[in-house]
Amino acid sequence: MKTAYFPGCSMAGTSREFSSSLKEVLALLNIELNEIDDWSCCGASSAHVTSHLLATALPARNLNLASQQGYDEIFAPCAACYSRLLMVSREVNNNKKMAAKVEDVLGEKLLPTPNVVNLLEYFTQIDKEKLAQLKKIDLSGLNVACYYGCLLVRPNGINELDDSEQPASMEALVSITGAKPVDWNFKTECCGAAHSIPHTNIVEILSKKIIDDAVAHKADIIVVGCPMCHSNLDMRQRKIKKDYPDTKETPILYLTELLGLSFGIDYNKLGLNLHYIDPIKLIEKRLEKEAVK
Amino acid sequence: MKIGVFVCECGENIGRTVDCKKVAEIASHYPGVAYSVDYKYMCSDPGQNLIKKAIEDYKLDAVVVGSCSPHMHEKTFRKVCSSMGINPYLVEIANLREHCSWIHDNIAEATDKAADLIRLLVEKVKYNEPLFPIHVPVTKQALVIGGGISGIQAALDIANAGFKVVMVEKEPSIGGHMSQLSETFPTLDCSQCILTPRMVEVYQHPNIKLLTYSEIENVEGFIGNFKVTIRKKARSIKEDLCNGCGMCIQKCPNKKTAKSDFDEGLTTRTAIYVPFPQAVPNIPVIDRTVCTYYKNGKCKICVKVCGRDAIDFEQEDTILTEEIGAIIVATGYKLYTIDKKPADSPIQGYGEYGYGQYKDVISGLQFERIASASGPTAGEMKRPSDGKEPKKIVFIQCVGSRDESKGFSYCSKICCMYTAKHAMLYKHKVHDGEAYVFYMDIRAGGKNYDEFVRRAIEEDGVNYIRGRVSRIYEENGKYIVKGEDTLAGLPVQIDADMVVLATAMVAQPESPKLAQILSIPYDKYGFLAELHPKLHPIETSTGGIFLAGSANSPKDIPECVAMASAAAAKTLVLFGSDMLEREPIVAKVDESTCIGCLYCKKVCPYNAIEIKEIRNRNGELIKTVAYVNTGLCQGCGTCNATCPSKSVQLLGFRDDQIFAQLCAFADTI
Repeated sequence: MKTAYFPGCSMAGTSREFSSSLKEVLALLNIELNEIDDWSCCGASSAHVTSHLLATALPARNLNLASQQGYDEIFAPCAACYSRLLMVSREVNNNKKMAAKVEDVLGEKLLPTPNVVNLLEYFTQIDKEKLAQLKKIDLSGLNVACYYGCLLVRPNGINELDDSEQPASMEALVSITGAKPVDWNFKTECCGAAHSIPHTNIVEILSKKIIDDAVAHKADIIVVGCPMCHSNLDMRQRKIKKDYPDTKETPILYLTELLGLSFGIDYNKLGLNLHYIDPIKLIEKRLEKEAVK
Repeated sequence: MKIGVFVCECGENIGRTVDCKKVAEIASHYPGVAYSVDYKYMCSDPGQNLIKKAIEDYKLDAVVVGSCSPHMHEKTFRKVCSSMGINPYLVEIANLREHCSWIHDNIAEATDKAADLIRLLVEKVKYNEPLFPIHVPVTKQALVIGGGISGIQAALDIANAGFKVVMVEKEPSIGGHMSQLSETFPTLDCSQCILTPRMVEVYQHPNIKLLTYSEIENVEGFIGNFKVTIRKKARSIKEDLCNGCGMCIQKCPNKKTAKSDFDEGLTTRTAIYVPFPQAVPNIPVIDRTVCTYYKNGKCKICVKVCGRDAIDFEQEDTILTEEIGAIIVATGYKLYTIDKKPADSPIQGYGEYGYGQYKDVISGLQFERIASASGPTAGEMKRPSDGKEPKKIVFIQCVGSRDESKGFSYCSKICCMYTAKHAMLYKHKVHDGEAYVFYMDIRAGGKNYDEFVRRAIEEDGVNYIRGRVSRIYEENGKYIVKGEDTLAGLPVQIDADMVVLATAMVAQPESPKLAQILSIPYDKYGFLAELHPKLHPIETSTGGIFLAGSANSPKDIPECVAMASAAAAKTLVLFGSDMLEREPIVAKVDESTCIGCLYCKKVCPYNAIEIKEIRNRNGELIKTVAYVNTGLCQGCGTCNATCPSKSVQLLGFRDDQIFAQLCAFADTI
């Protein structure tokens, strides 16, 4: 299995900490990511409400590039990129008419599509023992709400990794660090997603509900695997707190950041210093408390 | 050979598009045809007489009738010819209605085609040989598989008609799902009150042999002559000694080791148990997976307290065989558990409703137990988590049913009615409570059914909301039910104390395995398939095996009972004669050319091919050949098509007969 890495726009921009923490963690596992040469936009958010053909052709180009470059799997850590690549790979495989149109637009023949995996699938494939061996710091004392959002374990019936309504695969990975995943209600509720820009108020309402429910179930932090979720829950949190002062400040971490913490990687290398809601203070407090115990 | 051709106009049905006079004229020139005529209604009395007279006048020895489908009148015309001394299998029917006039509108072309269809059969009938019905004896003992209401009804009907019945039930008690129910729609009469007397009747009936805690191991043979092997699982109790005093159950120290299936997991039971106090037979069974003795060899308290030495830890499964004439399959249904996605199921599950996660989100059968006077709360409305009376309750219909994306595409049929009943029972017990029902459509077809639902809405004030629920979650001890009111076009949110999910009825998981043992078909959901959805809803494609109840498809109690009585009637028809007459359209092996490769045995869907050894006078084996059991053979012809040496031929449809038709067909184009 030769795996290509599709970073997408977020990993290079708004979610740099996702990218750096991922790379740091994989470096400890001696895994180097091979970026698809000449990759382009996956079309998420805007393309599929503009033109179905455009939304299909953009990911199809990237899928085809990966195949041309000899990869049989694409790892897309961004949940939106993952979703677009997965859906398009299904569409061109099942809809011959669409596949012909896409070939026409791209001006090239479509090769068999590579397998598309997301963050959870990628890490679930890695031997648990190997990950456990890397653990240097036990994070017990830290209560974690695992938030999957709308894309990581969907669409139902296509993404076979986990139950789409009551998933548990992220909890299994979080448990490796010693942190305690809490049982809560909104693992797969909507965070407001791309409404962040045109209807920020909607995102505030929805994201607040998620944070409140996590807090009500005694979570210290929320762990995510999607740059969109992260920006809604982290970047918008100050505004949420301003409009709804009862909101309890809750750091939002990428799964890779949590793993990296437990593997003893430096805070700044993981990008924990780049968050709007500072996670470092809280984590240190929890770790100290545990040490005293 | 002198062949007569009779072309029927079927009123206007055929005559409108086919020029029957011309067809008869064309047919009269076919080689071998001695007489050819058309008539308006060939099946009528004058039509039949016309055939009879022609047979006599022209000394015909074979007949081809061009008429409606052979399904309709093949029997009629065979009977007519038979009465004139022509073997019925020298009569062929050309289907000029369904295969020609009804589907074409060009008169010239349809007329040509009709003439060709007759031509094909004229050529075939020249190769037909007289065939004679096969007679097989009938064993007048029925097997009823399943001891729910359907099985009970069928068994009692047959037994009361004076015939022997063996009833096999896999659970320790008969009664099935009906024994779990509180009240029944649309009359609200107590389920146990109407069922338990019938259970006792089965137990005490001199004509019924009741085998509980038993399963079907194997079925051989054919209609009228089945040989059934039954595994009687070890109860660890000597049934002849036990008097059902219940001392062992009282003293069993393993009080909470297993969940009670009867109470749908709402309570626990002991390791030695009867499923419920009214169980029939009232003989306990030891659950060896949880019993302390089977775990570590100690305890034996039940042995000490049993005054009749009935406990037998060493008891083993016993295998019984029974000679059976007819089998009624009444294995019932299971309720779909809407947990997370089950590992081996194509169904996605309904994680969003939190079943299995929240104690107060329960299934319809669990609600029945709570509402039942014999249930864990003695019929008081108490929710499982904390025993409080729920003041607000939500019922969700169609969980798993009618859901192509996450569940099954079929309608479970009974849920609209039982949900209305549940809501009513709730309102009768909690007067100040609020009941909400989320529904897609209300399907209340049945006698007094719609009136019943209206009563729930109008008299008992149940709130019906048309729409689906997207999510249920817990918040401060309440269950937040988020859904949509599609009539108002608004989202709704209800903070409920308890939620009841009307989950789909699904086939028993063992149903496909049983179907394979019985050689009967089942559908993609595992429900057992009837022979014809309208005209043969009770029969299966295997002669002598009948269906009753929800093993076939979701059904309510009245339907199950009606179907069970119908299956009993079919069985009694079979038992009405000593010998069975079967159509001789069966396969036959030419033993001189058969090489015994037995490919035919592999492909036969009815297990009708046996191995026959041919020995010389000294008893030495010369060769083995295939042998067709004519009682089992259904005449499908698969063996005929498979045989590499063409030694197996389906009588009535032999290769030479088909070739004759093909050659004639080649001539027409």
